[in-house]
Amino acid sequence: MSTATESRPISTYLFRRPRVRLFSLLALPMTWIVGVYILSLFLLLITAFWYVDPFTSLVRPGFTLDNFQAVFTEPAYISTSLRTLWIALAVTILSVIFAVPLGLYMAKIAPAWLRNALAVAITLPLWAGYLVKIIAMRLVFTEEGFFNWLMAPFGIKGPGFSMPIVILTLTYLWFPYMALPVYTAIRQIPTNLFDASSDLGARGFMTIYRVVIPLITPAIIAGSVFTFSLSLGDYLAARFTGGATQMIGSMIAANINLNPPMAAAFSMVPITFVVIYLMVARRTGSLERM
Amino acid sequence: MLRLSRATKAFLLVVVAIVLVFMYAPLFILILNSFNESQISGWPIESFSTKWWIFAKDYQPIRAALLNSVLVATGAMIIASILGTLVAFALKGFEFFGRATVNLLVVLPIALPGVVTGVAFSNTYSNFLSPAGFNIGYFGMIVAHATFCIVMVFNNVFARLKRMNPHLQEASADLGAGLWQTFRLVTFPQFRTAFVAGALLAFALSFDEVVVTIFTAPPGVDTLPLWILKEMARPNQASVVNVVATVVILLSLIPVYISQRLTQERQ
Repeated sequence: MSTATESRPISTYLFRRPRVRLFSLLALPMTWIVGVYILSLFLLLITAFWYVDPFTSLVRPGFTLDNFQAVFTEPAYISTSLRTLWIALAVTILSVIFAVPLGLYMAKIAPAWLRNALAVAITLPLWAGYLVKIIAMRLVFTEEGFFNWLMAPFGIKGPGFSMPIVILTLTYLWFPYMALPVYTAIRQIPTNLFDASSDLGARGFMTIYRVVIPLITPAIIAGSVFTFSLSLGDYLAARFTGGATQMIGSMIAANINLNPPMAAAFSMVPITFVVIYLMVARRTGSLERM
Repeated sequence: MLRLSRATKAFLLVVVAIVLVFMYAPLFILILNSFNESQISGWPIESFSTKWWIFAKDYQPIRAALLNSVLVATGAMIIASILGTLVAFALKGFEFFGRATVNLLVVLPIALPGVVTGVAFSNTYSNFLSPAGFNIGYFGMIVAHATFCIVMVFNNVFARLKRMNPHLQEASADLGAGLWQTFRLVTFPQFRTAFVAGALLAFALSFDEVVVTIFTAPPGVDTLPLWILKEMARPNQASVVNVVATVVILLSLIPVYISQRLTQERQ
C-alpha cells in the first residue's frame, strides 16, 4: 500500500483534496468563458457609455447616457424593438399551433415505424444549415419562385419579401426546437388518462384541451425559450426574406461599424428580453426539462 | 387510448403532411436548383445540368472558403472538446456553490443572440485589443467559435458521465492506479463515444455558423457560409450558391449522422 502511495504523489495529493481537483478541472474552462466571453460582454456594456468623436469618427472612451437615451426615446429604435418582440411571439405561437397536432399524431396515433421516421424527419433539418434554409425560403417566395408558380392557377400571388415571410422563415428555422419537446411530453402522458377523460364523457378535442395541453405546458415553455430567443436575436432572416423589415439584430449590425457605442447600447435590449424570458421560464420549472 | 373521431384523425394527418412539406420542399427546391442550367435560380427549372457543380469544384474562392471553414471548425472543435469535457467532469463529480452558475455560463454563449455574441467579440477585438497593439486576426474567429461550441461537448459527455458506474473508478484506485491511469484505462473508454459525438456536433455547429463569423472574421477571409452570404447580397441568386449550399447540407449532416450512430450504439 505504502509503495503505491509513494509512487503516485500527485494522484495521492489530488485524491485527498477534492477542492484542488475541482479547481484544476474548472480553472481552464472558466478562465476561457469568463476571461474571454463574459469579459467581452462586460466590455460591450462599457462601450455603450462611450461616444463617437464627431470630427474623427473614432470611438472615444468617456461617459455618456446618450446612447441609452436614444434606445428608449427614438421612435425608430422603439418601433424596431416592438416589431421584433411581436415577430418572436408570432413565431412561437405559429410553432405551437403546428407542434401540438404533430406531436399528438406522432405520439398517440402513428404506428411505431412511422413515429420513429417522423422523429428523424423533424430532427434532421435542424442540422441542414442556417443560411441554407434562408436561401431555400428565398427560392420559394421570390418573385419567380415556387410559391407563386404553385399558386398561379388559383390566382393567388405571394406577398413577396415582407414581415409575414420573415415570420414564416423564422418558424421554418426554429420549429424543431418546439416540435421535439412537445412530442416527447405527449408521449409521456399515460394512456389511462385518456381513458379516464373519455370515461368522464370528454370527446377528443375536449381531452386535448383539458388534459393534453395542461400537461405539456412546461414542454411548450421549454420550446418557446428557443423559438422566442432565437427569433428575437436574428437578423439575417429579416435581411434576406424581409424586404425592408428591420429587426433589433439588423439595427445592431448596421451600427457596429458606424457607431459601435450605439450598437453596444442597443445590444442590451435583446439581452434584457432573453434574460427576462429565461427567468420567467425558470420560475415555471420548465428549464429542467431541457 | 386517445379516442378521436375519424375527422379529427384526418385533420391531424393533414397537419403532419403540411409540416413535412413545409420542412422539406424548400430544401429540395434548393438542391434541384443546384442543377439548374440557368445562371439565375427560379422555378420551374427549364433545363438541368451539372455545370455549376463542375464550376464550383475548381473555383478558387470556394476552395479557399472551404479550407477556412474546415480549419476554423477543427480548431474550435479541439478547444471545445477539452474545455467541455473538463466542465462535464467538474459538474458530474462535485456538488459546490456556484454549480448552477457554471452550468449557465456554458450555455450562455449559445443562448444569447448570435449578433450580440458577435458584436461583443468584435468590440473587444477592435476597440480594446487593437488599440493595445494586439491584433488577433484569424485566431479571433476560432476563439469565438470555440466559446459557443463548448456546450455541445459538455452536454454529450455530461449525459454519459451521469449514467456511468462511479464504483469502477474507485475499484481502479483500489487496485493502485493513479488518476491519470484510471482516466486513460477506465473512465475514458466509457465515455469515448459520447466525447467523439459531442466533438462532431461542435464541428458541425462551427461549420454552419455565420452570424458570429460575420463580426469576427478578419477582412478578406471567408468561411463557406460567409462566402454564400456575400453572394446572396448580390441582386440575382446565382445557381452556384445553391451548389455550395447543398455541399454545406451534406457536410453538416455527415458529422451529425455519425454522432447519432455513436450515441445510439451505447443505448
